[in-house]
Amino acid sequence: MTTVQSIITIAAVVLGTMLTRFLPFLIFPEGKTPPAVITYLGTVLPYAVIGLLVIYCLKDAIFTPLHGLPELIAIAFITILHKWKKNTLFSIGAGTVLYMFLIQNCF
Amino acid sequence: MKTKAFKAALPYTLPICAGFLFLGMSYGFLMRSKGFSFIYPMLMSFFIFAGSMEFVTVNLLLSAFNPAHALLLALMVNARHLFYGISMLEKYKNTGFKKLYLIYGMCDESFTINCTVLPSPDVDKGWFMFFVTMLNQIYWVSGATLGALLGYVIHFDVTGIEFVMTALFVVMFIDQWDEMDSHSSALIGVSCSLLCLLVLGSEQFLIPAMSLIIVCFLVQKRLRKDVVR
Repeated sequence: MTTVQSIITIAAVVLGTMLTRFLPFLIFPEGKTPPAVITYLGTVLPYAVIGLLVIYCLKDAIFTPLHGLPELIAIAFITILHKWKKNTLFSIGAGTVLYMFLIQNCF
Repeated sequence: MKTKAFKAALPYTLPICAGFLFLGMSYGFLMRSKGFSFIYPMLMSFFIFAGSMEFVTVNLLLSAFNPAHALLLALMVNARHLFYGISMLEKYKNTGFKKLYLIYGMCDESFTINCTVLPSPDVDKGWFMFFVTMLNQIYWVSGATLGALLGYVIHFDVTGIEFVMTALFVVMFIDQWDEMDSHSSALIGVSCSLLCLLVLGSEQFLIPAMSLIIVCFLVQKRLRKDVVR
């Protein structure tokens, strides 16, 4: 990607992000109630999108010869660690370190 | 008035500070390890200011040029802001010129504080929310910039560092899973995405997956309505 293309891509992401932040205030200036469908999607989408992002992260690993085995080991490790300690930063840090170790030394 | 609001806001943002510095630094370090100058994470953390989407944008910048795709993805990943905005319509009223910044900087953490914390009556609410938002953004941008700068100095085998993004989303997924009684939303997200990925492959699956998720929710809503009737 050229620098100009990078800037356009980042600008598109900024635009998309800002639309989600500003739209409610533009559409419902004072006192208007948003339609039920929008409020409903607003409550359920966050839970689905994180699932989508997890799969997005694994999209290339699944089609490698290992079919995402190192990723799955690290995810299992994070799940156990997080259920046990409930410390977000510790789970992320330890999980990443384990994955880097696996990828660099075992696979 | 401003000093008082700042002093009231600061303690609430300190717990966020540690998390933002750590995650911001991993993000900046990741970008540097992929060969980007520190300018990129600094400006991206400032202008996008939505953590998950910034991590995803690293991937977008390393794949083929497709701005429409990037726009749709940003809309979908950040759709939760629509909900935040709707919840804050009342609270952000009458905050004058600060309103624009309050909306622009409405990340998950600032929303949570501004939505739940009521400062004492002698503190100006508009300025309180303004400083909460601003402090959180300062932590995040500093973290991202510092992380990238560290990337110039520290050199070790960083193969696999991009897994920090997967780890972040897995942890968020577990937290959300535990706080919900019904897991149907999370399951819809995972199964629709996995199905589209397996059928369509890694290049094509994202937009169909997003559409399928929305269709599933609309159908689910219809079904629930029928049950209520």
